[in-house]
Amino acid sequence: MAIEYLGLSEIKGPLVALENVKNASYDEMVEFTLDNDPDRKLGRIIEVYEDKAIIQVFEGSENMSLLNTHTRLLGKPLSIGLSPDILGRTFNGIGKPIDGMGNLIPDVVRDVNGMPLNPVKREYPRNYIRTGISAIDGLTTLIRGQKLPIFSGNGMPHNELAAQIVKQASISDNTENKSEDEELVIVFGAMGVNHDVAEYFKKTFEESGVSDHVVMFLNLANDPVVERLVTPRVSLTTAEYLAFDLGKHVLCILTDMTSFAEALREVSSSKGEIPSRKGYPGYLYSELATIYERAGIVTDSTGSVTQIPILTMPNDDITHPIPDLTGYITEGQIVLDRVLNGASIYPPINVLPSLSRLMKDGIGAEYTREDHQDVANQLFASYAKVGEARALASVIGEDELSDIDKKYLAFGKAFEEKFVGQRSDENRTIIETLDLGWKLLHILPKNELDRINTEILKKYYDNYTADFE
Amino acid sequence: MEYEVKGTIYGINGPVVYVSGKTTFKMGEMVYVGEEKLIGEVISLTSEKTTIQVYEETSGLKPHAPVYSTGSAIFVTLAPGILNNIFDGIERPLDNIAKEKGIYITRGVSVDALDTKKKWDTHITVKKGEYLNAGSIIAEVQETNAIVHKCMLPPNVSGLVESVVSDGSYTINDTLLTIKTEQGVVIPVTMTQKWPIRTPRPVNKRFPANKPLITGQRILDSFFPIAKGGTAAIPGGFGTGKTMNQHQIAKWADADIIIYIGCGERGNEMTQVLEDFSKLIDPKSGNPLMDRTTLIANTSNMPVAAREASIYTGITLAEYYRDMGYHVAIMADSTSRWAEALRELSGRLEEMPAEEGFPAYLASRLAGFYERAGYCKTLNENEGSVSIIGAVSPQGGDFSEPVTQSTKRFVRCFWALDKSLAYARHFPAIHWLTSYSDYLLDLTPWYNENCSTDFVSNRNRLLAILNNESSLMEIVKLIGSDVLPDDQKLTLEIARVIRLGYLQQNAFHKDDTCVPLEKQNLMMRTILYLEEKAKSLIALGMPMRILKENDIFEKIIAIKYDIPNDKLEMFDDYTKLIDNWYNDIMNKNA
Repeated sequence: MAIEYLGLSEIKGPLVALENVKNASYDEMVEFTLDNDPDRKLGRIIEVYEDKAIIQVFEGSENMSLLNTHTRLLGKPLSIGLSPDILGRTFNGIGKPIDGMGNLIPDVVRDVNGMPLNPVKREYPRNYIRTGISAIDGLTTLIRGQKLPIFSGNGMPHNELAAQIVKQASISDNTENKSEDEELVIVFGAMGVNHDVAEYFKKTFEESGVSDHVVMFLNLANDPVVERLVTPRVSLTTAEYLAFDLGKHVLCILTDMTSFAEALREVSSSKGEIPSRKGYPGYLYSELATIYERAGIVTDSTGSVTQIPILTMPNDDITHPIPDLTGYITEGQIVLDRVLNGASIYPPINVLPSLSRLMKDGIGAEYTREDHQDVANQLFASYAKVGEARALASVIGEDELSDIDKKYLAFGKAFEEKFVGQRSDENRTIIETLDLGWKLLHILPKNELDRINTEILKKYYDNYTADFE
Repeated sequence: MEYEVKGTIYGINGPVVYVSGKTTFKMGEMVYVGEEKLIGEVISLTSEKTTIQVYEETSGLKPHAPVYSTGSAIFVTLAPGILNNIFDGIERPLDNIAKEKGIYITRGVSVDALDTKKKWDTHITVKKGEYLNAGSIIAEVQETNAIVHKCMLPPNVSGLVESVVSDGSYTINDTLLTIKTEQGVVIPVTMTQKWPIRTPRPVNKRFPANKPLITGQRILDSFFPIAKGGTAAIPGGFGTGKTMNQHQIAKWADADIIIYIGCGERGNEMTQVLEDFSKLIDPKSGNPLMDRTTLIANTSNMPVAAREASIYTGITLAEYYRDMGYHVAIMADSTSRWAEALRELSGRLEEMPAEEGFPAYLASRLAGFYERAGYCKTLNENEGSVSIIGAVSPQGGDFSEPVTQSTKRFVRCFWALDKSLAYARHFPAIHWLTSYSDYLLDLTPWYNENCSTDFVSNRNRLLAILNNESSLMEIVKLIGSDVLPDDQKLTLEIARVIRLGYLQQNAFHKDDTCVPLEKQNLMMRTILYLEEKAKSLIALGMPMRILKENDIFEKIIAIKYDIPNDKLEMFDDYTKLIDNWYNDIMNKNA
């Protein structure tokens, strides 16, 4: 059926040009075969002009020459075959099985580019996911259907944190705080991570006995860069299938989004496009958005897609284009901090720049406990004052501080050690977390608690004291 | 409808499509691209090629596919049915797309902008033989419980009414009357008008902006007010509360109509607006807020060219309702995404970039948008206004970037959101030292007449205290607050009362979410009264310690919660409370 074209007119990095093609369409997949090589390579048409097509080659353009390449148009955009059997399987970055268990027999075939969800068909996310980590549950609560990235830096324990979330995450019951362990399905997409990291996650999934409801897509650091552009899309297409077709609650972890953005920059520059900030293409925002926006709950299905993308901030700079644009799209962020990490506090979450935008509607009497929002607000406000007291202490010395500032220092220390800090296998309930918050607030005089509603303060304050066993 | 094929596709690069050769397309013309009839717009013409930006995903398009001409510029359909609805960036109703295509927005959807089958109860307001000027009101339709839709002659049609139907039920495409123009041409007139989105609708004349748009938000109404017909920008890094502020204004502003443009923002946020606004009741009319609201949703993952158009679609709808004599407020969230869409398309067109890759025409496009705001006398002699409140998302939260800077030149209100306030969960995180409103002078007479003559001077006194605090804080940062003299400690304390008790406002509290001007003024008066009394105690040599023995400062801070909006007489009790506190201290220590 399909015509095979012999030869290419240009090869430049991961891009090749093919002339005299007929009927090529934008965003179509092509397949390359090389003389004397049984392997096939896939490519995607990224520009077409009359009879010339510019093709992006997955799996690298090594060994291709202008003469030895046979190109076949596949007539469809990149798609992936899906079936319920996909659970427990491992694939490479573009969805080819690499676990030696053979090909999947697909029920449906989906275009990996996905389509925008219609806002009228979305349901506003309201139910929280308990992670057992106080800094997250208490202050930046993760909501089902949310996209909440972890902003980290090289050498910080974002992988441990992600692994702990995977192990402990459970879906809360609406009114009961002790949750029914309803199954969470995990889709794990790795872009440009090294073998150790991939291995670490594999081991974690096995140890915690969740392997049979994990789907992994691995694009490792030495795999072709261009594949990375597809890995998150393949992962999310799978997640959407599991959530909206099969009605499961899916947690999708994507790491590391920085590698994705860098791959985008590489391809953009080899296309000779005009760069905007730091060499990244002007459409970085749109590209990131087409990935992050694929999270949520829809009215026609019981499932949900929750996304936790992980990105390493180059030079720990939160204003770098990648974290910056991410923060504008995602519904909050969890920021890891090098100073806390240096003080051996795990997880080193800096709560002040961290935020969960959907938290306010998924907590409170109906979901967690009525005092949740007030306690969270007060902890944030008080901890912000700790920074001021510390700055002052570094100028005039701790001894010269007023009594109240000294109390703030004590509060800050206890907050970081007892509330933020916890063991990597410690799974706290939401009630434990909130109780801990009240105990910490007792370090401060009562009249400093200006963010707590008078009623709530009356009801809860006296039930606690500032002792930590 | 059949359209003429005027060219075939030559090349495709993302949302940009080229047609080769010299074509007869017009600049700005709306075209249909390919067999699926994707909507596009002609954006440049040369003798070699025509460039088209496509408002839908272009995957799967092929060279040699046809491009159809429609002959008209990209337009919106204006008729009853716009309110209580949600559209995409080019006025396609998302509800109908969902009915046809399910949970995803697919390509090449062909749906009518407005319901053409629905019959509206129409009251005709003109008679046969009457001479009608352009833009005259011809009929009234109860569009929602809150709003009467006034059907008008298009701004380019005038003449004698030749025939007219009687009151009854009509669809938006039924002919209501025929007009014989001065040239003797007879034109049938329906409820529907089509208007190109990039052309401002004409008005009779513009008035100076001298009435405030009351938002119920204390820091806006009393510190940095915006006028009806005014423009404001809310810049802020992520997480500082741009969207939250926009929501609050959309909920509580005393405008008749709200157009909410979600431009390149989150899908969940649009869903939230839709859910909340359908449930929330407008205190003035007693109807759901959606009855006065139209949402335009172009979420960040929808095609980028439609994002560019969504801003214009929104403002054209706003101008249409203004022409009926309504006060319209537009929330554009966020204009930075729109500017980035310009940048993206400009990059695809290989134009020479100016600052940070943005095209050189960024400033003039922004100016063109904000200048469409204004308080006007309409063609039919009514008064209406369009106010624009645009969110700006500066890269890295840095206000020196091109979009914020260019916007600053064209807006007269600047509500700067501050990261450190947001981190300390001080909301709204509008910083009182970096924000400004140019309208204050223009609005002062209104406040004097309609609120109270001391409103503006109270506001100035509070702001002076906050300014004072800021310079004192420089010293406190170095040496701590303990060593300050008592009068300066008092300034810090009063500033704290203002920040916590006045500037911080709780959007989730039933009374605090929207505060009437009268209460705002009484709160300011009470705080200033406290300051006055405390000052005289300090002048008598009382230390701050004694002043703080009683929890009077905390009580004043809690006024925002403790005095309901409809029990303003309770303020007298607080004045007495301050008096008692003063007398107590005097008795004990004098």
